[in-house]
Amino acid sequence: MSEQDTAAAREVLIKYFDGTERLASIVDQEVPYPDGKLIVSRTDPQGIITHANRAFIEMSGYTREELIGTNHYILRHPDMPAVAFKDLWDTVAQGKKWQGYVKNLRKDGAYYWVKATVIPNIRNGQLVGYTSVRRKPSRSKINESEALYATLR
Amino acid sequence: MALNLSVSPDFPPTHLSGWFIFNTWLQRQLGEGVHLELYDSFEQQREDIRAGKLDLIYANPYDASMLVRELGFKVLVRPRNRADETVIAVRADDEVTCVEDLAPGLKVATTADPDVHIMGMIMLESADLDATNVSFKELDSYVLVAKALLNRDADAGFFLKAGFEELSELVRSKMKPLVSSQISVVHHTLVAGPRMQAHMDTLTDRLVNMEHDPKGIPVLKSMGLDGWDVMEEEQTEFMIDLIDTLVD
Repeated sequence: MSEQDTAAAREVLIKYFDGTERLASIVDQEVPYPDGKLIVSRTDPQGIITHANRAFIEMSGYTREELIGTNHYILRHPDMPAVAFKDLWDTVAQGKKWQGYVKNLRKDGAYYWVKATVIPNIRNGQLVGYTSVRRKPSRSKINESEALYATLR
Repeated sequence: MALNLSVSPDFPPTHLSGWFIFNTWLQRQLGEGVHLELYDSFEQQREDIRAGKLDLIYANPYDASMLVRELGFKVLVRPRNRADETVIAVRADDEVTCVEDLAPGLKVATTADPDVHIMGMIMLESADLDATNVSFKELDSYVLVAKALLNRDADAGFFLKAGFEELSELVRSKMKPLVSSQISVVHHTLVAGPRMQAHMDTLTDRLVNMEHDPKGIPVLKSMGLDGWDVMEEEQTEFMIDLIDTLVD
């Protein structure tokens, strides 16, 4: 758990790159990443979720029905700088693998940190979507990322 | 020319005879001679795969990725309820209780089994451990991994979960699992090469029906399997994509 956690709730307007926005309740409380699990999801080329494994459902707090068909940015925490996601999309758009540390927003407003890897899914030479696999990050990497992202917001 | 069947070297030794029995069953189904070639070494098997010597392989997920994406093999089926999971264990009397208690300088007993090694290293990341601050003792079997651990030649061991569970109760009682992966979608597969093309549809049908065939049931049992499930092409691609995210 982060030393900055207060478990206090606040309302934040989150604006997404496509012009949409939502008012989210943010709770400064970390949910620990479960040992041994991988969170797996897939999206179409536009970032719409097409597959969510059980670990993803459990950690995000959403039901499978709520996740499928929704843009992956529903998990974006307002503490994450936009530049991190720009780097992600610029990298995978070149057909390359992206890896980074991400603070994700749960449905209940709490958060969890992941080490995320995203790869483009190529079938018969065509981009059909992306696979994202998240794993448990170390506490030192979380601390480094928190400090770095605070300077980029 | 006879076809060649092979099995990933990580199969449990208790099922060695089962693969010979399966080979006999296979020859009857195909009406052709099939030679079973077994390897102790993953690298030697890969060399023969690349040299085009093997036609049907019970492959670990990492090698399945190479077989499908680089060599044009096709996944036919997967064993039911046999996901490949990895266990990191220490000695039972060790003070550590979780992965985060492990420290740089750790000596890890492992095998050349690529999936288990990769997943083991991923599960060490949460303790800031990687190839730069961990040393390895690579061994030929999970029995030897356990032995290295119990003899204090290593501090932790990477095990295929099925391999860990097949160790004797006495040996397991002297070890303490720290973490076990729960991925569930990564598993071995039966993969067929270009020379199997004419047999693929028939063989897939026979494999799926093995669990209902009085002659197939004992064969499955001898291999320690419950049955085979068809792997659709997209399921295979999904598993390979997932493995790609795990490999640096």
